[in-house]
Amino acid sequence: MIHSLFLINHSGDIFLEKHWKSVISRSVCDYFFEVKEKAVDPENVPPVLQTPHHYLISIYRGKLFFLSVVQTEVPPLFVIEFLHRVADTFQDYFGECSEGVIKDNLVTVYELLEEMLDNGFPLATESNVLKEMIRPPNILRSVVNTLTGGSNVGDTLPTGQLSNVPWRRAGVKYTNNEAYFDVVEEIDAILDKSGTTVFAEIQGVVEACVRLTGMPDLTLSFMNPRLLDDMSFHPCVRFKRWESERVLSFIPPDGNFTLMTYHVSSQNLVAIPVYVKQNINFFETGSCGRLDITIGPKQNMGKTVEGLMVTIHMPKVVLSANLTATQGNYTYDLTTKVLVWDIGKLNPQKLPNLRGSLSMQAGAPKPEENPSLNIDLKIQQLAISGLKVSRLDMYGEKYKPFKGVKYLTKAGKFQRLSLSFL
Amino acid sequence: MSASSAFNDEKGGSSSVGEPEYGHDPASGGIFSSDYKRHDDLKEMLDSNKDSLKLEAMKRIVAMIARGKNASDLFPAVVKNVACKNIEVKKLVYVYLVRYAEEQQDLALLSISTFQRGLKDPNQLIRASALRVLSSIRVTIIVPIMMLAIKEAASDMSPYVRKTAAHAIPKLYSLDPEQKDQLIEVIEKLLADKTTLVAGSVVMAFEEVCPERIDLIHKNYRKLCNLLIDVEEWGQVVIINMLTRYARTQFLNPNINKTFYGSDEDEDEDEEEKEKKAEVAAMAKRKPYVMDPDHRLLLRNTKPLLQSRNAAVVMAVAQLYFHLAPKAEVALLILFEMISTLYTCGMFEPYLKSFYIRSTDPTQIKVLKLEVLTNLANETNISTILREFQTYIKSMDKDFVAATIQAIGRCATNIGEVRDTCLNGLVQLLSNRDELVVAESVVVIKKLLQMQPEKHSDIIKHMAKLTDNIQVPMARASILWLIGEYCEHVPKIAPDVLRKMAKSFTNEEDIVKLQIINLAAKLYLTNSKQTKLLTQYVLNLAKYDQNYDIRDRARFIRQLIVPTEKSGALSKYAKKLFLALKPAPVLESPFKDRDHFQLGSLSHLLNAKAGGYQELPDWPEAAPDPSVRNVEVKESVRAVGTVTYRDTGALWGPQKMEGSEGCSFPRASDSASGSESGSGSEESGSGSESEESEEGSESEEEEEEEEEKDKKKKKKELKKPVPETESLVTDLEGLSLSDSVLSPATIAPSSVLKNYELLHRITGEGLSVEYCFSRQPFSPDANMVAVQMQFTNSATSDTKNLHMEDVKLQSGMRVKEFPEIGEREPEDIQCTAMAVMGIDFCDSTQAANFQLCTHTRKFFVSIQPPVGELMRPIFLTENEFKKEQGQLMGMNEITEKLTLDAKCRNEHAIVQRVTTAANLSRVPCGSDKECRFAGRTVTSSSLVLVTVATKEEGAAQLTVNCEKMVIGTMLVKDILLALTQ
Repeated sequence: MIHSLFLINHSGDIFLEKHWKSVISRSVCDYFFEVKEKAVDPENVPPVLQTPHHYLISIYRGKLFFLSVVQTEVPPLFVIEFLHRVADTFQDYFGECSEGVIKDNLVTVYELLEEMLDNGFPLATESNVLKEMIRPPNILRSVVNTLTGGSNVGDTLPTGQLSNVPWRRAGVKYTNNEAYFDVVEEIDAILDKSGTTVFAEIQGVVEACVRLTGMPDLTLSFMNPRLLDDMSFHPCVRFKRWESERVLSFIPPDGNFTLMTYHVSSQNLVAIPVYVKQNINFFETGSCGRLDITIGPKQNMGKTVEGLMVTIHMPKVVLSANLTATQGNYTYDLTTKVLVWDIGKLNPQKLPNLRGSLSMQAGAPKPEENPSLNIDLKIQQLAISGLKVSRLDMYGEKYKPFKGVKYLTKAGKFQRLSLSFL
Repeated sequence: MSASSAFNDEKGGSSSVGEPEYGHDPASGGIFSSDYKRHDDLKEMLDSNKDSLKLEAMKRIVAMIARGKNASDLFPAVVKNVACKNIEVKKLVYVYLVRYAEEQQDLALLSISTFQRGLKDPNQLIRASALRVLSSIRVTIIVPIMMLAIKEAASDMSPYVRKTAAHAIPKLYSLDPEQKDQLIEVIEKLLADKTTLVAGSVVMAFEEVCPERIDLIHKNYRKLCNLLIDVEEWGQVVIINMLTRYARTQFLNPNINKTFYGSDEDEDEDEEEKEKKAEVAAMAKRKPYVMDPDHRLLLRNTKPLLQSRNAAVVMAVAQLYFHLAPKAEVALLILFEMISTLYTCGMFEPYLKSFYIRSTDPTQIKVLKLEVLTNLANETNISTILREFQTYIKSMDKDFVAATIQAIGRCATNIGEVRDTCLNGLVQLLSNRDELVVAESVVVIKKLLQMQPEKHSDIIKHMAKLTDNIQVPMARASILWLIGEYCEHVPKIAPDVLRKMAKSFTNEEDIVKLQIINLAAKLYLTNSKQTKLLTQYVLNLAKYDQNYDIRDRARFIRQLIVPTEKSGALSKYAKKLFLALKPAPVLESPFKDRDHFQLGSLSHLLNAKAGGYQELPDWPEAAPDPSVRNVEVKESVRAVGTVTYRDTGALWGPQKMEGSEGCSFPRASDSASGSESGSGSEESGSGSESEESEEGSESEEEEEEEEEKDKKKKKKELKKPVPETESLVTDLEGLSLSDSVLSPATIAPSSVLKNYELLHRITGEGLSVEYCFSRQPFSPDANMVAVQMQFTNSATSDTKNLHMEDVKLQSGMRVKEFPEIGEREPEDIQCTAMAVMGIDFCDSTQAANFQLCTHTRKFFVSIQPPVGELMRPIFLTENEFKKEQGQLMGMNEITEKLTLDAKCRNEHAIVQRVTTAANLSRVPCGSDKECRFAGRTVTSSSLVLVTVATKEEGAAQLTVNCEKMVIGTMLVKDILLALTQ
C-alpha cells in the first residue's frame, strides 16, 4: 500500500524520508515540485498525482506537505486519512506539527512512523497504544534522560493492543479522576449583500479530556439529541446504543480525544449571532474608494460576543487604507492586500464601526467586484445550535469522578458576500 | 569516556540529535576527511560498552537515515549491536537493519540468528517484532527461514503475533513470488482466525497475494461480516472492498428484478412504499427475486460504519452500497447525506446548499462542487443555483470563473426553460473587462446559439461588434464561426466583419485564420456579389501563409467554391457541404465516463487503470451455490464466543443479539464465553431490552417476505424435539439470531458433541431425555463434569416436578443435581427443557445411577462417561508440550500404529476427529506432519498429551502420554476408533 513518505517544507526541501518497502529515490518528488510550482496556493496542489511509475498522494498540514508514494491501486482516501492521522499523532506528541518540532524530534518521529505502518499497512495508529511504545517527550524526562542515560522507549511492553479495548491501556491510575467535555460549534454561513442568509450550517465537535482510573464505562446523554444531523463517532462509541436510545455509551481512551463530530444542517434554522452593515464603494474617477462597516449583535442568546474580527481581501489595486475604528484596531497588509480589523468584545450599547477611505493605484480601472468579508467570533458558554449535555453517568468503577462540560461557539467559515446581479 | 568528550567537543556541547550531517553530502568533497573522522567517531561509540553512548550513536545514525543521508558504511559496526540488551538501542538497530540489509546482504545474515532466537521468546511482543524485522529484511537467501517463521507464527497463541504473520505474508510474496502456494495455505489458515486483530491484516495479505482465490472466502464470509464492526478502521476499508468484489461474484443483482415488472412501475425511486407493494405483487405472480440472506447480512452489517470517524471507511461503505444495494434502498438516501458532509461527491437535492462554494476553498474543490451543483440542477432549483453562479463569476480565481461559465452553459442545455436567461446573462458577461471571462462566455454562447439560432440574431450582432475588442484567439474564432454559420440572419454585418478580418488576417493566430477562411467561403456561397473579391483576397493571403494547414485549407476551399473550367462535380454541392445543418453540441461533464471503475478507488479518481486494480466483476447470471458459505458449527461456536467490545448489532434486522449488549462490555466478556446471554449489563437497563425485543419483532415482519423459506425451515426445526441439528445452528449462525431458548451456551457444543439417550420416549411414556457432555466448565464445582440434559415431552399429558432421586454412586463420586423442572405442556412447541447437572466421576468411567422422577412416575437411569469427556483442555506451547512429554515416558507412554481413514488424511480432519473424541485442545506445532493435543483430567488434573504423527499412505502413529495409565489405554482405544472409522 503506502510505499514511502516524504515530509517537505514550504520551500520545497525534503527533510524527512521513510520507506516501508524498498527505497525509492527522492527524485520521485520532482514531479510533485513541478506541479507545486504551477499552483499559486499550496492548497491548490492536487492531492493525487500520477507519475510514470508511482502515484503521489499528498496532504498539506501546518505548512508542510506530507507526500506518500504509492505503487498500486489503493483507495486514495485511505492514504489521505492515514496521512492526517500521522499529522494528528505528531500534534498529539509534540504539541504542534511543524518543521521545527519534527526536526528536533527526528528520532522519535522516525520510530513513530516505524510503528504506525508495517509493510505499508497501518499497524498501530491509536495514540494510547503508541504512547506506551514510544513515550512522548517532555522537558523533565529529557533532563532525566540526559542525566541517567535513560530512554524514551517504553520498557514495559504495551498491553493495549492486546487487550479487548484497543484504544485504552490497562492499569490507568489517577488521584484526581476527572472527565471534561467541550462542545465546540462552528457556524459556517454565507450572507448575501442584503444580509439575508444564503446558507448556514453548524459543524460541531465534542472534545473530551478524560482522566479516569481503571476501566470506566461512560454514558453521555443530551437534552436534545434529535437536533443532531449526521454524526461520526470515535471508534469507542457503541453505535447501537446511539441508534436505539440516543445516548453515547463508551469506554473512553485515556487523555484527550475527539468523541464525536456532528453537523446541524441548513434545514434547521441557524441563528446568526451578529449582523454586519457594510458599504464599500470604489469610485470610477479619482482612484479612491470608501469603506464603512458596522457590526451589531443579533440572536446571541444573552451572551457576549468575543474575539470579533473582520478580514477583507481587498482587490489588488487598493494601495492603502486610511480608516478610523471606533473600537479595536485595524491593519492593512500591503503585500497580501488583506485588511484585518480586530474588534474584540462586542459592546451592544456602542456598536463598533470602521470607516474611511481607500486609495487605489492611479489610472487602474475600478475593481469589478466588491470584496467579501470574513467574520471571526467566539461566544463562550453557548452552543449556538442549542445542544445541551444532560448528564454523564459512569459504570464499572466505584469512585466519583469530577465532571465538567464547556460550550463554545466559533465562527467557522463565516462569509459575507457582496452580491451583484448579472 | 574520551570518546564521549570528543563527541561533545565536536558538537559544541550541544547534544541535540537534530543537527544536520552536512559532512556526508558527497558533493561537499572538501570536508570529506573530517566527515570520515566523524564516522570513525560513531563507530567508536558503537563499540563502547556503555549503552548511553551506543544509544547516542544510533540516534545520530537514524537521524541521518531519516534525512536521507547514506549511512551504509556503518553497517558492520551497527549490526554487532543487534543483540544489545537495551531495548531502545535494539529498536534503532532494527530500524537501521531494515533500511540497509538489502544493500549489504552478506553482513545482514549475521543478524538472522538473533531474530530466530527472538521468534522463540516467551514474550509475544518480542516474537512479533522479531518476525517483523526478519520479514522486512529483503534478502532472498533467507526466504526459507522466513517461510518457516511465518508458518509457525500463524499458529501462535497470541493474536498479535498472528497479525504480524499476516503482515509478513505480502512481504515474502514480493520477495519471492514462487512461494505463493505455500503462502496461500497460511492465508487460508489465518482467514479462519476469529480475532478482530487478525482479520484486517489477513484480508490485506489475501488481496495482495491471491485476490483471485475467492473460494477461500466462502467459509469465512459470515464471520467477516459479523466481525467487521470491531475490526480496526484500516482493516475495515480493506475488508469492505474485498467483500464488495466477493458479493459481485456470489449474489444476484438486486436491481435486475425491476425489469420484470418495470412496465407498470414509474421510475420514481423515492416512492419506495409503492415499489414494495409492487414487489409483493410480483412475487405472487412470478418466481420472485429473493435477496440472499448473506447479501442482506453484508448490507446490514456495513451500514453502521457510515458513522465512522474515518472518511475512508465511510467512502468504502458508500461504494459498497453503490455497487451492491438495491436502488430503492432507503439507506442510499442516508448514505448520500453522509457523504455530502465528508466527501464532495453526492447527488442529493436537499443537501444542495452544502455544495455552495466559499471563496476560501481550493480550486479543485470548487470545480468539484460546481460539478455537483450542475448535476443537481433541475427546473425547480435552477433559479437559486443560477444566482449562486452569478456570485461565483465575480470570483478572483479565474480558472474557477471559467469553469462556472461552462457550468452555466451546461445548465442551459439541460434545462430548456432557463436557456434564454442564461444566454442573456452570458451576453452581459461579454462586456466584462476580463478577457478570459469574455472568451469563455463566447465559447459557451456559441454552443448555446447552435441550438436555436433564428431567435438570437441580435446576440450574434452584438458578438460581431466584439471582434474589435476581444483578443483571445479561441473566442475570436468562435465568433467568426458563428457569423459564418448564421450569415443569413445577419446579412448586413457579416461581409463587414469579413472585411475587417481580411485587413488583420496576417496578424491573427492560426485558429482564427482558419475561421476567417471558413467565413469567407460561406459568405462567398451565400452572398457572392458582395464578398467575391474579399474572399479571393483572403484566399490569396492564406496561400502564402507560413502554416501548411492554412495553405492546404485555402487550396482546398478555392477548388471547391470558385468555379473554374476544370472544377468537378463537387463544386455544385459546395453550398450543401458548407452550410449543412450541424447538430447542436452536447455539453458534457468532464467527469463523465468514469463509472466503469470501482467508486473510491485510485483508478476511479485518475480515470486510468492503476497497477493492481481489481476489476469489479459483473453480477452472475445465476447465483452460485449459497451453501458454500455454511460453516461447520464448531467454528460458529467460537464466533459466538469471540470477544466483542462494540455491539455487533446492526441498525435494523433481526440480528440483535441479546448477548451482544452484554458482551460489548469488556468485563463481561472476560468471563467464560458461554455466559453472555445472562450478563445483560445493569446500565442498559430494562428499557433497552424491551426496545430490543420490539425491534426484533418489527424486523421480523420486515424480513418476512424475504426469508419466508428460512423461517419455515426454522419452525420445523424448532418443532423437532431433538437438540439442534447442524443445519439449524448454521442458520442461526448466519442470521446471528439468538432465541431465548437457545442461549449461546447451549448452542455451543452441539456439533462436536455426541448426544446420548438417557430415557427413550416409549419407556418414558412420552417423556424422552437425552444428554450430552457440554464441555463447559461446571461453575459450582470445578471438579465436576457438566452434563447437559434435554427433556422432551411428547406425551398428551403434562409432566410436572421433574427431579432426581436416589443417586447411587461409586465411592468418591459426587453429583450436583439439577433444580426441579416445573410444568411441561405437551402441545407447546417449546416443549423441550434443558437442565445442567454436574458429576464428579473421580477420573473413572464408572456410571452414575439415579432415578428420574416426575409427579407420577420414576425411571431408573444411568450416565456413563466416555473417557474423552473426563478431561478439560489446557493451553500449552510447543516447548512446554515437549518438556512435559519428556517427563511422561516409559510406562506412561502408549504408542499405537494405525492406518488413517481415507476421509481423514488431512490435518483439519484429524484435529476435528480427535477433539470430538476427547475434550482436548490443540497445541501449536511447527511441523505439519504432527498434531498435538493437551488436556488435564477433571478431578485429579493429571496431564494428558496426545500426538498424532502422520506418515505416507495414511499410515500414522498415535502416542498418548498420561500419568493415569487406565485413562491412557482407554483414550488410545477411543481415539484409534475415531481416526480409523
